[in-house]
Amino acid sequence: MQILTDPGLISFNQEAVDILHSHGAAVESISGDHQSWQVKIPEQVVLGAMNSAPKTVKLGARNPDNTLIMHGDEPRVYLITGSETNIWLDVDFPTYVSKTDSTKEIRVPEFKARRGTVDDLCQSAHVCEHLEMVDGYIRTVNIQDRDITEDNKDVNKFFASLNNNTKHFMSGLTSLKQLDNVVRMAELIAGGEKALENNPIISFITCLVKSPLQFVDDTTETFIEVCRRGLPIVVSSSPQAGTTAPIKEAGIMAQINAEVLAGITLGQLVNPGTPVLYGSVPVRARMDTLGDSYGSVETSQYNIDCVQIARFYGIPNYSTSGVCDPKIPGQQSSIERLFSDIVVTMSGPQFLHCAFGLLDCNSVFCLLQAVLDDAHFKMIEFFLRQPRIDQSELEAMLKQIREVAATPQKLYIGYIRPVLRSGEISGVYPFEGSGEADDVFELAYERMKELLARPVEHIDRKTTARIFEEIPGILPRLNIYETES
Amino acid sequence: MSKDIIAAIKKNVVQGRKTQEDVGIDDNLARTPGVVELVQQALEINISPQVIITEGLTAGMQVVGEKFSTKEYFIPDMLASAEAVGAAMDIMRPVLESANVETKGKFAIATVKGDIHDIGKNIVAILLKGAGYEVHDLGVDVPEEKVVEFVREEKPGYLGLSALLTTTMTEMGVVIEALKESKLRNSVKVLIGGAAVSIEFAQEIGADAYCVDAFDAVRVLEGYQQTG
Repeated sequence: MQILTDPGLISFNQEAVDILHSHGAAVESISGDHQSWQVKIPEQVVLGAMNSAPKTVKLGARNPDNTLIMHGDEPRVYLITGSETNIWLDVDFPTYVSKTDSTKEIRVPEFKARRGTVDDLCQSAHVCEHLEMVDGYIRTVNIQDRDITEDNKDVNKFFASLNNNTKHFMSGLTSLKQLDNVVRMAELIAGGEKALENNPIISFITCLVKSPLQFVDDTTETFIEVCRRGLPIVVSSSPQAGTTAPIKEAGIMAQINAEVLAGITLGQLVNPGTPVLYGSVPVRARMDTLGDSYGSVETSQYNIDCVQIARFYGIPNYSTSGVCDPKIPGQQSSIERLFSDIVVTMSGPQFLHCAFGLLDCNSVFCLLQAVLDDAHFKMIEFFLRQPRIDQSELEAMLKQIREVAATPQKLYIGYIRPVLRSGEISGVYPFEGSGEADDVFELAYERMKELLARPVEHIDRKTTARIFEEIPGILPRLNIYETES
Repeated sequence: MSKDIIAAIKKNVVQGRKTQEDVGIDDNLARTPGVVELVQQALEINISPQVIITEGLTAGMQVVGEKFSTKEYFIPDMLASAEAVGAAMDIMRPVLESANVETKGKFAIATVKGDIHDIGKNIVAILLKGAGYEVHDLGVDVPEEKVVEFVREEKPGYLGLSALLTTTMTEMGVVIEALKESKLRNSVKVLIGGAAVSIEFAQEIGADAYCVDAFDAVRVLEGYQQTG
């Protein structure tokens, strides 16, 4: 709280300054090339905003069974994909022959990077629809087709995602001019304005904060407009320990909290009761490049810290795990992502952006990696299941122990079967190879193809027709009913 | 009637239901007769033991084996079915003996002296009994004299030796040497298994076979059956 009054924050957005000033913030103009203001927000203004921020946030979905209800004081975790990468990683398995023994052949995964397209986004949304552990979808790839422009990017990314996935969809906006179009699209899908309010099938994320302690002009404007429409939004801050935040844990935590509280305060002053998520994406700097090091141990610690801080305020937390440093799937990516996936999930954030398929610090998306991540989260889910330790269970086990102790073979194997198919025993790793062969990538690839072949429930023909009629800029090739005929 | 009972025996072997107390895999079988009760019924109405074995028990185990190889079944399923078949064979043994029906033979098994680990040994015993062998489990920490005495008295065709520890596996060689000294070595095929041993060790001590796991033991013995 002290940070928000001394030094306060710098806003490059005048409307935010006006709103905060009208509620008691001290404002002082800063001279320079870009117009900006020093804003000092009194503690009681922040506390008032915290009171009006909903402690329970509902994120709806095209399929209502996929609705996410998040209580700020309940450590129930939803796993979400994301976020937008420029690079799509294809995978192939060429065969290599041994130089010393031509009878020996091995298939080796080969990854090829290319720019992401709208077709890739459709594929990603399609597979994530079928990934069992994915609860919600943040687009995973930036669409960079020749016919995609700044003006039509938003409507195409929203339509491609919503048409291939029935889970909750969260996105940022490329152009604020498209906000009304994407909201209208969501209304048409949800069944009208009121229906969208009751079942918010879309939500937004804005990085209005630039660390340290600055409100960016354009994203703050977007944030204010989304809040005015009352749709759920993430107030996200991503300071980097060592460069844009102190390298020490206490420092980066104090700063990120001040940044997120400032954003939440602004949103609640714009439209009290706007559903917001406490968005924390802290990261430590790499010492060799001063780039992000999402794979560092500290990054996971920062995220866990933020989960606890958000819980203190009772506001649902948007946290991050699984982001890793390497550029292709492999041992390093598995180790880094699993470490953070396990520890951050255990801390209980409500909305966990867990980087399904992401590599190279969120610059690369690989569908094969997303399939692997799904299997790994299945293990984490099992690990965190509710244990059954009650009186009847203890009595049953005592009886079992006594029965087996009285037998000559003294084996409990006979008692396995009743629980073998009940879900009480964790499954075999689904990509286990035979013998000593490491077939993980090939088996995951087969699984990926299997999921792509499985149909998804698209938006119905009539609604699709209305969307194409009312919303300008959607690529005709995305209309599956037109391309079918 | 007889066809129904044989089909039920096969089905219950697949379900791994030894008796009517066992639930098996399908819930709707609870409290219906298991393999033991069905085999008793089959014998009472004079169904031939060969038919019970080949069309009921063995046919059921074949299905279990197929399900195991496709990973639909796991070892606990396989053991439950094998135990059911083993119990059925216990009931039928007097009938088979009185009818002079040739069985697959006697198999003696022991964990060698100094070693008390018996999980693998017990699993081998259950599976081989389920495969139709007359299994004699000599127990754990068994000295070579006791093994030699059993081979001399009971004349098993096969002897399985188990050891988990690198410190006790050498006892397997001691048993084989003792059999040689007693001039019994050629009367019995010696199979060894356990975490510490290998095919190289089996060759070194003069064993007839090394079994990598319990299923391998069944395969090795079935191989001997075919080659006589």
